[in-house]
Amino acid sequence: MTIALALDAGLALLVLGVALWTIGAGPTFAAVVGFVAFGLLLALVWVRLAAVDVALTEAAIGSGVTGAVLIAAAARLRPTEPQSVGERPGATMRLVAALLSVLVFAGLAGIVLFPADPAPTLGPAAAAHLPELDVGNPVTAVLLAYRSVDTLLEKVVLLLALVGVWSLAPDRFWGGAPGVLRPARPDGALALLGRVLPPIGIVVGVYILWVGAIAPGGAFQAAATLAAMWLLVMIAGLRDPPETRLRSLRLLLVAGPAVFLAVGLAGFALPDGFLSYPVGHAKPIIIAIEAVLTLSIAVILGLLVAGPPERERQR
Amino acid sequence: MNAATLYGLCGAALVGLGLYGTIVHPQPLRKILAFNLLGGGVFLQFGVIARRGAAAGMGGDPVPQAMVITGIVVAFSATALAVALVLRLFQETGKATLGSEPPASPARDGEGAGR
Repeated sequence: MTIALALDAGLALLVLGVALWTIGAGPTFAAVVGFVAFGLLLALVWVRLAAVDVALTEAAIGSGVTGAVLIAAAARLRPTEPQSVGERPGATMRLVAALLSVLVFAGLAGIVLFPADPAPTLGPAAAAHLPELDVGNPVTAVLLAYRSVDTLLEKVVLLLALVGVWSLAPDRFWGGAPGVLRPARPDGALALLGRVLPPIGIVVGVYILWVGAIAPGGAFQAAATLAAMWLLVMIAGLRDPPETRLRSLRLLLVAGPAVFLAVGLAGFALPDGFLSYPVGHAKPIIIAIEAVLTLSIAVILGLLVAGPPERERQR
Repeated sequence: MNAATLYGLCGAALVGLGLYGTIVHPQPLRKILAFNLLGGGVFLQFGVIARRGAAAGMGGDPVPQAMVITGIVVAFSATALAVALVLRLFQETGKATLGSEPPASPARDGEGAGR
């Protein structure tokens, strides 16, 4: 066993250990903290699997932004925890669930241990057209050129999720601002961090977006970084979440998907079909789409964490 | 045994663990957490397939990798919506339970715990 494989085994055990903690821990808050650690460890696994783009996304969105939503929810639901003790399923139910889980594990393990040979791959096909697109990062090429319709629909999913969250607000709060994330002391360390970090974070976010065309990075990762900076400012109490009725805010939300869709429809007129780019101009178009998308995704992510409106509209 | 196989087994175990937690935990928030673990396991399996498909000088097949990125974002959207639903349930009833029967404790139905 080589040293690298031993380290991989250690990392895999660590991931499983934290996952066990997330399932088994008593207080929900402890389980959520375990989940955030799980996400960061999983990001390391993605690096080991040579998928740095996925690692960035997992760390930023799978662990970071999801963790923020779950931690806030766990803190608010703490009073309900004693009630749920009596609702635990009986031993038979747990045994059946365990058996089913082991069965699913065995099936998946079988697929892993006896894989198809040769392994199926679309790598050569993806590499073949990279020079035409002038995009060096094959993952970005898949996301915004070969399979751009997936990415477009996913933006719509994000937008629909936000509409769903907003529509859970009571009628009298519709159009109002989301609740204050956490009352912070104005002179606390968080307030200082909220002033010092965002300028650096914004530069890092823009860099991740720009470099995504040729190296790991891209719109999602950049948007998550920008959203994190915005959330930091809101949590530190330096800025309130905006009122959700603002026209400018809503325009910003739909700008990304709208520009993407417009470029897609223009493909009918200029090149040869939906979401096709004119030869020789692919890269500037891709970068432009990504820039607008980044802004929209950042605002959507921030508002999804902030939750439904909880304050009345101000006159 | 190589690294891809190792992480593939790890992903399979995560799917099993997540499935167990989703079924067994009574609290909706714990179910959401467990379901996210399950999703992480599925993504990892896909990542292993991508790693095995390494070709043309790339470390892995970029198509499954891009789909996993899309998947992570969609999983986050679903999680945020599910959490908002649970919080709204708590606001309306003062409880966060999926049980159909009213709990044994004195009911506070109707008045609600929302602000």
